[in-house]
Amino acid sequence: MSTTDIKIPAPGKPWQASRSDKLKSFLTVISAGIFTFILVNVTPLKGKLAYFILFFISVIVFEYIRQRITRDSQAAKDSVLSTLSILGIVLTLIPIFSIVLTVFVKGYKGLHWQILNKDMALASVNDPIEAGGLLHAVLGTFLLVFVALLISFPVGLLTGIYLTEIRGTLSRPIRFLVQAMSGVPSIVAGLFILSAVIYPITNSLSGLMGSLALTILMIPTIARTAEEVLKLIPDDLREAGVALGATQWRTVAMVVVPAAKSGLLTAVILGIARIIGETAPILLVTGGADKTNLNPFEGSMGSLPFYIWKAFLTGGTEQSIARGWAGMLILLIFIFILFGSARYISGRRS
Amino acid sequence: MSEENQNQKAMPASLASVAAKHAQKQPGTNPLGTGLEARGVHAWFGTKHVLSDVTLDFAAGTVTALIGPSGCGKSTFIRTLNRMHEFIPTAALAGEVRLDGKDIYAPGTDVTKIRLKIGMVFQKPNPFPSMTIGENVLSGLKLAELKRSNTDDLLESCLVRAGLWNEVKDRLKEQGGSLSGGQQQRLCIARSLAVEPQVLLMDEPCSALDPGSTFRIEETIAELSQTMTIIIVTHNMQQAARVSDYTAFFLSNDGPGLMVETGPTSQIFSAPRDKRTEDYVTGRFG
Repeated sequence: MSTTDIKIPAPGKPWQASRSDKLKSFLTVISAGIFTFILVNVTPLKGKLAYFILFFISVIVFEYIRQRITRDSQAAKDSVLSTLSILGIVLTLIPIFSIVLTVFVKGYKGLHWQILNKDMALASVNDPIEAGGLLHAVLGTFLLVFVALLISFPVGLLTGIYLTEIRGTLSRPIRFLVQAMSGVPSIVAGLFILSAVIYPITNSLSGLMGSLALTILMIPTIARTAEEVLKLIPDDLREAGVALGATQWRTVAMVVVPAAKSGLLTAVILGIARIIGETAPILLVTGGADKTNLNPFEGSMGSLPFYIWKAFLTGGTEQSIARGWAGMLILLIFIFILFGSARYISGRRS
Repeated sequence: MSEENQNQKAMPASLASVAAKHAQKQPGTNPLGTGLEARGVHAWFGTKHVLSDVTLDFAAGTVTALIGPSGCGKSTFIRTLNRMHEFIPTAALAGEVRLDGKDIYAPGTDVTKIRLKIGMVFQKPNPFPSMTIGENVLSGLKLAELKRSNTDDLLESCLVRAGLWNEVKDRLKEQGGSLSGGQQQRLCIARSLAVEPQVLLMDEPCSALDPGSTFRIEETIAELSQTMTIIIVTHNMQQAARVSDYTAFFLSNDGPGLMVETGPTSQIFSAPRDKRTEDYVTGRFG
């Protein structure tokens, strides 16, 4: 028999739930919904929370009964666990969607075409929306983060290298300290710079001071992520490098770090995402400004968190509130772009 | 099961004949130096004594196979020969390893220079993932900061000697990871050739490869043994019989690993002096 005579069957997925199974599951959920509706209307239970809790309890119970009748008690117990895990996902997603949706709905009112072209030097938060923009805040945040990154990345990477490559006697205490440092409240980082640098030395607020405070928050994130990423590089590669007559330093610089390139980029992005929305230390050591200031060494500097804070605190009109939400929207979009690219880069690695 | 047993019973004769076909090289017949000598080498991991008193000569320009069951210390031994042993934090060592008469463990020895002269190919192919095929071959020059004027010629000659040139000459700019396992291993061999070592250590280089790739690498070994000393750890006794001039049999009896017997390969497989060697090469255990 030649191959052309073979009738090729349609590819199927017999292990998946059939259409009638899906329909039955759907009907179970619907009947749980109807049951909840009736229960809320005939009993004194009222409100969204009652709906929410009752609906989930009845879905679990209905699904348990269905599985118990159609299959057995083991399948029924299994269904309880899967329904509970779905509940967990929904509970996690509700606040996320709620925040994102609120910021979008309220923030778009504060947007206009010139928002990234103007600063607030000639406008107050209560002026019409079109009068000002957040150029100074976006540039300020960008500068603060960039300078903080310039300091944190080398320090964080070298810490990661010490922990994974050199593995010196201080590794354990350093690892512990780095972990402890990632729990430092941001206001403490700000106060530290205020008392250790500004009062004794510079006596003035500036963008650099804000970057230094952010560096304290950023180093632990970068160092820990870098350590995890470098740990993933197989020892085979280190041995291969050394067996070719390289020193350890050259092996790390030419083999290990390049192999971990995309992971280290993720470390940078996570570090930025950690600090981009920090408000307290910025207020303390950089202050805020309404005019664009591109010199990190002198004078206060605007930033997105400061912009939001000021719009809500010093305003009070519809315009100022719209400005605050718009600032949040822009900040949120930046963070989405950062995390999106982090996921894209780390996904491409595998 | 029974078929396997029959194969094993049939093995001694065939192994001996395979080894006999391979003309054994005499030590000192080529201008490659005096070779490598291990003198009373012991090795420990922490307090565990894993290798005891190995004294073994590797004459220049010969191929020596190290055979023995798993855990008998042959990989540990080969790693003491180019100072890779000290990479494990708990490792300790006693004894001497002499390259051209000089102890490589002598105080003040530059370990990177030693590893340049004694190259190594590992069990698992490990091309550098961030480099192209061409960059991988020449990576040793950059890593060890060596200057070579005509790197294109070097690249070609290394790949030719590793038996990979024809397969990769049109794709030198591709990533090393795009090659098959056997090709990757030959790439790693080419990489270790670029720094022109005197001795090449191979730690089970074919254990992760299919028979076809294994055959290609054995051809490469035969080719390379014209110009360098080769020491190969292998679990495959057929392979030891096919490629080596000398064979050393290692064994561990609950204690540290020892070298039981060494000699010309044809003798180890046809007329071993020690009962334990005979049991191992005839497939009675291990």
